[in-house]
Amino acid sequence: MDPLYREIILEHWQNPQNAGVLENADIDITETNPLCGDEIRLTIKIKNEKINSILFSGVGCAISQASASLFIEEIKGESLDFVKLKNEKDVLKLLGIELTPARMKCALLIFKTLQIGFTKLQ
Amino acid sequence: MKQDFPIFKTYPDLIYLDSSATSQKPQMVINAVYNFYSKNNSNIHRGIYDLSQSATDMFETIRIKVSKFINAKDAKEIIFTSGATEAINIVANGWGKKNLVKNDFIILSEMDHHSNIVPWIRLKKEIGVELFFLPIGEDFKLDYKKINSRFLGKDLKKIKLVSLTHASNVLGTINPLEEIIQFFKNINPEIKILIDAAQTVPHIPVDIQKLDCDFLVFSSHKMLGPSGVGVLYARKELLENMEPFIVGSHMIKNVTKEDAVWADIPDKFEAGTRNLEGVIGLGAAIGYLQKVGFEKIQTLEKELIVYALDMFEKQKDITLFGSKKSENRLGVFSFAVGKVHSHDVSEILNRSHIAVRAGHHCAQPLMEVLKVSGIVRASIYLYNTKEDIDRLFEGIHEVKKIFKG
Repeated sequence: MDPLYREIILEHWQNPQNAGVLENADIDITETNPLCGDEIRLTIKIKNEKINSILFSGVGCAISQASASLFIEEIKGESLDFVKLKNEKDVLKLLGIELTPARMKCALLIFKTLQIGFTKLQ
Repeated sequence: MKQDFPIFKTYPDLIYLDSSATSQKPQMVINAVYNFYSKNNSNIHRGIYDLSQSATDMFETIRIKVSKFINAKDAKEIIFTSGATEAINIVANGWGKKNLVKNDFIILSEMDHHSNIVPWIRLKKEIGVELFFLPIGEDFKLDYKKINSRFLGKDLKKIKLVSLTHASNVLGTINPLEEIIQFFKNINPEIKILIDAAQTVPHIPVDIQKLDCDFLVFSSHKMLGPSGVGVLYARKELLENMEPFIVGSHMIKNVTKEDAVWADIPDKFEAGTRNLEGVIGLGAAIGYLQKVGFEKIQTLEKELIVYALDMFEKQKDITLFGSKKSENRLGVFSFAVGKVHSHDVSEILNRSHIAVRAGHHCAQPLMEVLKVSGIVRASIYLYNTKEDIDRLFEGIHEVKKIFKG
């Protein structure tokens, strides 16, 4: 098995979950990784302080796409308080791989996008 | 040739295919820099003492060497800059701001590098000049005659500058400059021509007088020399009337508390202390290139280009962004492996010590034209071999295996 491109990563890269854009979203944020040009647009609808629906779109490498797909699966339907407690380590744990500093940025782009999205909400 | 480059002794497994980004350095260049620091180091144009005099002589000898290398008429037309990017900024600020007005047109191309786009975008923001990008046409060639359908009659008179890359750092296309320059000079002989030769000077002979351009820029680090050094060539009469971009020490004749008088060219454009050891290293790089000879370099590279194109031709699921013909192109191969992202390709190639560039290659407008967000680029130079190309394709095979392409 490949140490970086694990089956789960390739699966999510091939068939990303929760891909798309929500209309009339409460959070609509686009972030890029200027180093490589990867881009993620995240749209979220919030209901009763919970993430009611969430979709992402964008371009990026297998790591950034799989990371976004996996992380969104993890937080979908959860309460805002719960999601705000998530940290970078939780994202990396989902991927379950060792990353170099450059690729770390790919993996964490989704997390960074969400954090900036939350600041826009307040 | 590899034995002349110490990096390949340090890393015998290294397959370096990123020379369009920067070249490796031969021992001759490294020695020149080392020797300058060990034997000649002192500031130039300052001291009366012997050491300073000899450093000054060395520095000025290289100015002459550079002028001969590109066949400029006068060594005073050679300005040492920090690189091609700074050189273009000097023209944009020193010539552009002084000579261009609102609604004047600058012609660029869709295959230009950010370094030949962004300085002009700033000028557009600052003084309202307009930009027109020559489109890429058939077989990744510049369709410069499109200008006729865009500009009619008096509009043509608004074209003041054509600033073009000699070759695309992504597509590899070498533009037929003599033809293009003639085309624009026929429209109006007053149109100024700037050539970004950063990609070509390392690979093919560049002759200023034959090209008949007004400005030409290139960088030392892409032609075996040290980084942080570049050259701006400009016609003497243009330089004399241009404003310096950076002012300070060395570039003055006289300074009082109220006023300063600029020095003559080339000093006017070389404020502060230049990258002395870098210029000395550039001189050694030119020496190395001349020792090998461009004829040999071109023969060598042509063989690799034909070989690589043939390999690309045989591959399924690989898109090559560039001409499949070996004529009028550099050994620059930008490609995509299926729908695998360029960074994933590069990551897997790196496992086999293959160094390629991934991403937008400082040419985002071109990426838009090609409708890609990023691509992988393998670029060759005189130290590469057929074995390097074989290793690249073995690496690509590995990428396909992992991504089940």
